[in-house]
Amino acid sequence: MFLYFLKKLGVILPTFFGVTLVAFVFIRCLPGDPVLLMAGEHGMSEERHAQLMAVYGFDKPILVQYGYYLKQLAHGDFGTSIITRQPVLNEFKTLFPATVELSLCAMIIAVFFGLPAGMIAATRRGSFFDHTVMTGALAGYSMPIFWWGLLLIIFFSGILGWTPVSGRISLLFYFEPVTGFMLIDSLLSGQEGAFTSAVSHLILPAIVLATIPLAVIARQTRSAMLEVLSEDYVRTARAKGLGPQRVIGLHALRNALIPVITVIGLQVGVLFAGAILTETIFSWPGIGKWMVDSIFRRDYSAVQGGLLLIAAIVMFVNLAVDLLYGLINPQIRHTD
Amino acid sequence: MTETTIQKVVAVRETRDDRPTGFRAVLTEFWSYFSENRGAVMGLFFFIAVILVAVFANLIAPHLPNQQFRDALLQPPFWQTGGDFRFVLGTDAIGRDMLSRLIYGSRYSLFIGCIVVSISLVVGVLLGLMAGFFRGWVDTFIMRIMDVVLAFPSLLLALVLVAVLGPSLINAMISIAIVQQPHYVRLTRAAVMTEMTKDYVTAARVIGVKSLRLMLVTILPNCMAPLIVQAALSFSTAILDAAALGFLGMGAQPPTPEWGTMLAEAREFILRAWWVVTFPGIAILTTVLAINLMGDGLRDALDPKLKRS
Repeated sequence: MFLYFLKKLGVILPTFFGVTLVAFVFIRCLPGDPVLLMAGEHGMSEERHAQLMAVYGFDKPILVQYGYYLKQLAHGDFGTSIITRQPVLNEFKTLFPATVELSLCAMIIAVFFGLPAGMIAATRRGSFFDHTVMTGALAGYSMPIFWWGLLLIIFFSGILGWTPVSGRISLLFYFEPVTGFMLIDSLLSGQEGAFTSAVSHLILPAIVLATIPLAVIARQTRSAMLEVLSEDYVRTARAKGLGPQRVIGLHALRNALIPVITVIGLQVGVLFAGAILTETIFSWPGIGKWMVDSIFRRDYSAVQGGLLLIAAIVMFVNLAVDLLYGLINPQIRHTD
Repeated sequence: MTETTIQKVVAVRETRDDRPTGFRAVLTEFWSYFSENRGAVMGLFFFIAVILVAVFANLIAPHLPNQQFRDALLQPPFWQTGGDFRFVLGTDAIGRDMLSRLIYGSRYSLFIGCIVVSISLVVGVLLGLMAGFFRGWVDTFIMRIMDVVLAFPSLLLALVLVAVLGPSLINAMISIAIVQQPHYVRLTRAAVMTEMTKDYVTAARVIGVKSLRLMLVTILPNCMAPLIVQAALSFSTAILDAAALGFLGMGAQPPTPEWGTMLAEAREFILRAWWVVTFPGIAILTTVLAINLMGDGLRDALDPKLKRS
């Protein structure tokens, strides 16, 4: 297992350096003077320009600059936002819980509905339910989620007036963040109605973000289940007289879950991509909206830092999924 | 490229039962598999309809896409009070006919799909062939770069690339192609590595076939099946991603009647005029759904091994 871990790490490390290289090159590929971009100052004098060149190290050879950048990263310095003058890492830390909360809720919705839907569809293959689930899943997979979010706003916020249009909680409530998760913080604050308000703000964005993972999980569960159901050991279990619930719940499901877990792990990248759109539509103050806003504000050092941090998180989660997978399924860690 | 794969399948079949050969037989064979999947056939017909609409947009569309009717701002579709048949699906905030814009918009979506798939397919297949054929450091080098591209969430990387290149439809297409091509590289590499172990490749080597010919003529045609399926699926992803970039203001720029850009312009009217938001989305959804249905059918027909159900 340790060897397997080392092997995975051996793949991840060069990739991580590649990612830092992309983030490093990004800011140097932008059209315009890098010093002006980084400093965000207008009408600076020649001396100030030269001084800043030296401060940012742009006067040094490119390799030295890259080394300097890596050294900064190693010290946990991901740059300073041009607009807010705050360290990028701090901004990221304050906004990150909002994205995690949204993504977790979306993932819970996706698994909670996708897994049973795929399972039942597989056991009743060819039935009306099966066709409905598969058509729905394909539609969900094909969904432009930014439009889907707007539709839900029209219907639930506009026509029915059930949910608010944007934000994480009503402005009527204020409390210091403890965990950064609004659902938990609102409960801890003990203010009446705070939790309900948080839920009503969260529900639509979570549904929108859950759509694609839900479709993928339902499809994957169905196909994994169908494959397992045709295996000999399932036939054996049936032949020895086990009830269908026991066969499906105990024998089939456990084996069908292995590929499904991988797929769930792989959705982390999808969730981040979806968060960019979902957070923009619902003005959800998370990482996705922050990245889009930073691009529009030309706050390129925030974009650079955010890009690197997001890639690092996605890679870390994928590594964790790989390790978990190797733990569940010994075959994996002994092959390749 | 479709033919070669199917020809192979047909050739195998023909040794068993002497069916007629030729292009028609190949098509018949393919169709018999493809048409088993009713959804796929429906998707195909819808897709053909979209192509026809795009080609004949200037004949079908009642108005020009950017023509403004100052007397009809935010006019609802004809079946609602206040709507009339002049603007079947209503007009947008500056009095442009929705239907005409949607019809012209189909051109952009198909164009995006074609360009993105062509770029990522050609580049991806070449890199994948090299990686799978030469192995060693070439393989490691190419695959590590692909790992780096895959480490970023696709839409985020596309967004940042557009920020570097400058927001426009062309740059959005280039960015999406870059983000998508690792999938082609991986697929091609895996297929090439499987094919390399087979006897016909060894035989070709023994005869003295040169590397380049071996790669492109001997091996590549036998790797096409998964690539065609991937091409169909990434066609739809390209349309979705381009619409998303357009929606974020990083793709096609107004007044281009691109569906995602139309949605972005319509955002502020969502609670006042449902039609300006609803119709472009339906256009994106149905087109993407049709292509995905088709892709599923292609997968089942071309590669039974990939068959999921």
